[in-house]
Amino acid sequence: MSKSTKSMEGAMKEQLAIQSRPFAAMLILVAGTVVLILSLGFSVALGAADVKLATVWDAIFRFDAASTEHSIIREFRLPRSVADIIIGASFAVAGAIMQGVTRNPLADSGLLGLNAGATLMIALSFAFFPGLSYTYLMLLSFIGAGIGAGLVFGIGSLSRNGLSPIRLVLAGAAVSALFTAVSEGVAIHFQLSQNLAFWFAGGTAGLKWPQIQLLLPWIIAALIAALFLSKSISLLSLGEDVAVGLGQRTKLIKGLAAIVVLVLAGAAVSAVGPIGFVGLVIPHIARFLVGVDYRWIIPCSAVLGGLFMIVADMGARIINAPYETPIGAIFALVGVPFFLFVARREGREL
Amino acid sequence: MGTNTLFDGQHKKNRRRFIVMGVFFILILATFFISMNTGLTNLSPLEVVKTLFGYGTEKQSLILFEFRLPRIVIAVLVGAGLAVSGCILQGVSRNALADPGILGINSGAALMVVVFVSFFPKTTDAPILLMPFLALVGGFLTAVIIYVLSYSRSEGLMPQRLILNGIAVAAGIGALITILTLRMDPFDYQFIAVWLAGKIWGTTWVHVRTLLPWIIVLFTFIFYKARMLDGLNFGEKLAIGMGVRVEKERFMLLGAAVALASACVSVSGGIGFVGLVGPHLARQFVGNHHRFLLPLSALSGGLVLLVADTIGRTILAPSEIHAGIMVAIIGAPYFLYLLAKAKA
Repeated sequence: MSKSTKSMEGAMKEQLAIQSRPFAAMLILVAGTVVLILSLGFSVALGAADVKLATVWDAIFRFDAASTEHSIIREFRLPRSVADIIIGASFAVAGAIMQGVTRNPLADSGLLGLNAGATLMIALSFAFFPGLSYTYLMLLSFIGAGIGAGLVFGIGSLSRNGLSPIRLVLAGAAVSALFTAVSEGVAIHFQLSQNLAFWFAGGTAGLKWPQIQLLLPWIIAALIAALFLSKSISLLSLGEDVAVGLGQRTKLIKGLAAIVVLVLAGAAVSAVGPIGFVGLVIPHIARFLVGVDYRWIIPCSAVLGGLFMIVADMGARIINAPYETPIGAIFALVGVPFFLFVARREGREL
Repeated sequence: MGTNTLFDGQHKKNRRRFIVMGVFFILILATFFISMNTGLTNLSPLEVVKTLFGYGTEKQSLILFEFRLPRIVIAVLVGAGLAVSGCILQGVSRNALADPGILGINSGAALMVVVFVSFFPKTTDAPILLMPFLALVGGFLTAVIIYVLSYSRSEGLMPQRLILNGIAVAAGIGALITILTLRMDPFDYQFIAVWLAGKIWGTTWVHVRTLLPWIIVLFTFIFYKARMLDGLNFGEKLAIGMGVRVEKERFMLLGAAVALASACVSVSGGIGFVGLVGPHLARQFVGNHHRFLLPLSALSGGLVLLVADTIGRTILAPSEIHAGIMVAIIGAPYFLYLLAKAKA
């Protein structure tokens, strides 16, 4: 490494250090995790039959097979709440990586066609291979997310002035419209409509332990990979030239980041359907709280994403009880004003 | 034709424009005819002609006059209406990617209809007449929200922002619609799901009678305003120079476009991309003069939707692919092509 590169790296590190708030980040990680565990308890306790927190504790740590309450908690409530956390974390981290790598403040797996691609693959497999095991469903979902993202970025990069944020969002909207139209057509033709609608609307209610066991290794591996990539993503977020100047292999990093995003978004969509806007909102909040260093943004996004999802899912059960309000719809209603705000604040360059 | 005062080259150009319109009209008639032949019961061309002149069997005339004809007429009217609406939106916003679907106006109109169906589940004839008005309210509310969000005090209306905000607002409205539809009983749900997917559900003469006055009145007004659109399209400063009262004209034209889109959506369901594809197809042939662009947009929009509906109805018969889905499958790649081609 030459001297000038070294001093440049020093300057960049300094910039990252100045504009990041490690103390705030540590606080979020520690306090966030504590709150997350508490919400897990409340979330499990909340439902059609009210359960005391103490019973939740017993069900987890002193399980009594004879108790129906304990069985309900273990079989239905706990997997749902655990799923909320891992899926919220997945969407949020996927969004954070996309925003960092593309330097696009509006990037989100829902807005850029990943969710619609995954959904289409799921709809197709529901229609043509109804008995498909969950593992294959998940793999197809990854592929679908990849096709969606590939189309959006392919078209975005075909245009003369490259990938401006608005161009990406427009391409994402069109690809999503196309995939959604085909999914709807398939659903109506095979009369899967209302079944799929509940699934499309997004929700963790249907998830059981076997599915979570399948999802968990993928998601954990992808989250760990994201942490390893986080330093490089920070440098990329400062600009491609900077990253190259510092000796980063940007193509390799972008490729790895893309794989991580596809696994996270694909796994999450295969489990709960296309929930948009989590991936948009959470990284912005994380960045606002902890600064510009993705080594902090990514873990904080994971914690905050899980927390938001579990709280929103409790909301989904309360708002219109005994009906469940689709959690995807709740996120859209929260996320849209946020999107409008970001679009307006980022102002001229859009 | 009112063109003899212009010089010869212009005259030739105009003649070509009228020929293009003629060709489109003939294409519509041809598709019209094919569409009448095809369906669950195939009628031969001869039988169709016979029936049209009153010599068919009772069953044949029932199929033709009560089922196929109104649906065909609706497809053409809706296609024409949405395309003209898109043409205005593109002209006013000077943005080639504008379309009532992309801008979220269709979703707003849809939301009102969904609200209505949620609270008055049994759809009888009277509500059908009411639906365009409901859709209109929804469409206008959405348009106003998007307009306000895209308006900056220093720069006026920001066309790029218009589309970005439209996409976001449409997503939010989509979420509300999802919440409402999941609470419906299966019968109403089926109606709304199919309606949202853009099946041309209004297929009786009642629907034709409901939609036709809107189309006639609004088309007359809009075609009368064609010159204003040219002015707005050239740019605000030039338009002011030409003596156009920009804000007022823009407002009235936008209003007409929203009304047109909402009325169409109330009868046909959520059909996107016609408003995008129709005007672009027309522009390839006649350029940017709205005097020609508007009528040809109407023709090409009508043609596109009729073709989409006919293909969707026959390709997988007896089940059908809804027109809205067919149009999205054709229209979305076209949108992406435009996006890739467009300058920043």
